[in-house]
Amino acid sequence: MAIASETAAGDAEAPGRKLRPGTPRRLPFRFGSRSRFVARKLGFYLVAAWAAITLDFFLPRLIPGNPVELLLAKMAQAGPVPPGEQQVLSKLLGLGTGNLVQQYWQYLDGLAHLRLGLSVSDFPTPVSTEISTSILWTLVLVGTATVISFVLGIALGVLAGAKRGSRLDSIVPATTLLTAMPYFWLALILLYLFATNVWHVFPLGNGYNTNSEISVGFNWPFIASAVQHATLPAVTIVLSSVGGWLLGMRNMMVATLSEDYVVAAEAKGLKSRKVMIGYAARNAVLPSLSGFAISIGFVVSGAIAMEYVFSYPGIGYKLVTAVANEDYPLLQAIFLVITFAVLGANLIVDMLYGFIDPRTRIGR
Amino acid sequence: MTAQNISAAAAGTAAGLPAPDEGTVRFTARVREAFRSRRLVAGTCIVGFFVLLAIIGPFLAPNPSQLSSATYRPPSAAHWLGTTQTGQDVFSQLVVSTRASLEIGVAAGLLATVISVVIGITGGYLGGLLDEALSLLSNVVLVIPTFPLIIVTFAYVRQGSLTALILVIALTSWAASARVLRAQTLSVRNREYVLAARASGERAWRIVLVEILPNELPIIVSQFIFAVIFAILTQATIAFLGVVDVSQLTWGNMLYFAWNDEALQSGAWWWFIPPGACIALLGMGLALINFSMDELLNPRLRVYRPVRAGRKGAAS
Repeated sequence: MAIASETAAGDAEAPGRKLRPGTPRRLPFRFGSRSRFVARKLGFYLVAAWAAITLDFFLPRLIPGNPVELLLAKMAQAGPVPPGEQQVLSKLLGLGTGNLVQQYWQYLDGLAHLRLGLSVSDFPTPVSTEISTSILWTLVLVGTATVISFVLGIALGVLAGAKRGSRLDSIVPATTLLTAMPYFWLALILLYLFATNVWHVFPLGNGYNTNSEISVGFNWPFIASAVQHATLPAVTIVLSSVGGWLLGMRNMMVATLSEDYVVAAEAKGLKSRKVMIGYAARNAVLPSLSGFAISIGFVVSGAIAMEYVFSYPGIGYKLVTAVANEDYPLLQAIFLVITFAVLGANLIVDMLYGFIDPRTRIGR
Repeated sequence: MTAQNISAAAAGTAAGLPAPDEGTVRFTARVREAFRSRRLVAGTCIVGFFVLLAIIGPFLAPNPSQLSSATYRPPSAAHWLGTTQTGQDVFSQLVVSTRASLEIGVAAGLLATVISVVIGITGGYLGGLLDEALSLLSNVVLVIPTFPLIIVTFAYVRQGSLTALILVIALTSWAASARVLRAQTLSVRNREYVLAARASGERAWRIVLVEILPNELPIIVSQFIFAVIFAILTQATIAFLGVVDVSQLTWGNMLYFAWNDEALQSGAWWWFIPPGACIALLGMGLALINFSMDELLNPRLRVYRPVRAGRKGAAS
């Protein structure tokens, strides 16, 4: 039937490009499948990175409100603008000179040499310095919180799925409320409850206690202070993202439990714990892992507004302040850095996934 | 159309009834079965409540921006949800905000769904180089983080209109559902009824519109609901960050003003809790509808066994 449909389709599909059910499949572990898989994935992420870079180049040029004109208009309100100002500004903002193609090459050349321009709001700090001081804060916070949330969500999901219809399972719909909450609103509530009005347990904001003489580095007072400041932001991320993992895992678990191999394992008389974890959960977790791509983007997005609420010195806070200060070079660079971080995380997950689940390495 | 595409499963029950009514009877039976799910009832009630509020809201509270000297009053009989820093009635603002928030959510969600249907089904059905290109496009859009992109875009647009907002949200959020629809189309296009239509020489657009689209309707609806949730959340977040024009009254803008006028430090919880609660509640209502639809279409997820077992294939 597969072959018949292929001919009936009469489309431009190359024969044998896809492995269809029914055609004899070779074992997934054939020679070279692994390197081909890696090459294809790398190729995709290169295209995605190029798309992001190009988007970053064209956005300020496509949209009517040109940053140079915006700044000039602002300066004109303050007083007369000297004649050469437009060229100086566009050079400063890294917009380049000449026609669009030349500008594009200058832009790519600048990127290749990590010349990201100078920050306008914190003149003349290079944008790269601005970013490197804040990226680590976000990476540590969002990374840790995401791992905690993932592990917690998967574990609860396994339990809820294994005991379908139990009390734990019946609270699952309630987690949709958590998922539907805006991150920043949850942050506001936590701030209200634990920092400003009800209990004064946690600090209002910032990454560490900036008032005392704590030196930033690998020393105990700094780490203690940083953890204390990161608790509420981390709780925000965990609370708002755990529901998604839980629900996805629960549903996959329920679906997997009705598979024949799980029934067979039960019939063999294996302990139910072993069946649940070794047979069902192991397979049910795969879609959650591959769904990581979409959720990491969500978490990063949510973290931007969350960092803003806690004035956490991460990249999201920097992005929001860059928008408020009309700091276009910083804005462009932050978008690229966030995008590359998300692409990198996805690439790692994709690679790991390819090794965990060999089926993804063939076909497609 | 809905009755038609689910009739395969419910065909057994309607036998013996007069032919013209068959479709409606199957449909109502199906709906009645669906509403046995408490989740669906709860979700529909919540969403229905907000839709009603969006329609009658502006009549309930004609003047939400009315200033008064009663500043930062806690909830009372006169002001159900207290007042803001400038003495505006929070309840009136909340009620009026509902309409714009819903409008943006539904419009952006609808547009995103249309884009994803066009791209997902076209690619999946036609295959070949076009499919490769379209799925590369969706995958790239999917991995580029949406929200920073929206923020950066609006940093350039500045005085963005409502249309620009809807457009940007839709253009950045269609990719995930396009991928789902492409996968579904790949599996549907080789089923017998599609092959039969092809063999009888139907044109491609007719096969897509009549044979494939109706069968993917439940998925499309579910993707639409997710798109609405996403659009409402995104709009609220960028409004809160003050990246877009803040003159239009929405839940996100209320939170923007509450945050910037230091409602938190003043202990005015009645100002910032209700708008966020509305977003979360509406999102939950929509999500509940989606989950119960999921259970309806995927019986393996159901907790209870339905009385009547579906008879697949009986209709054909």
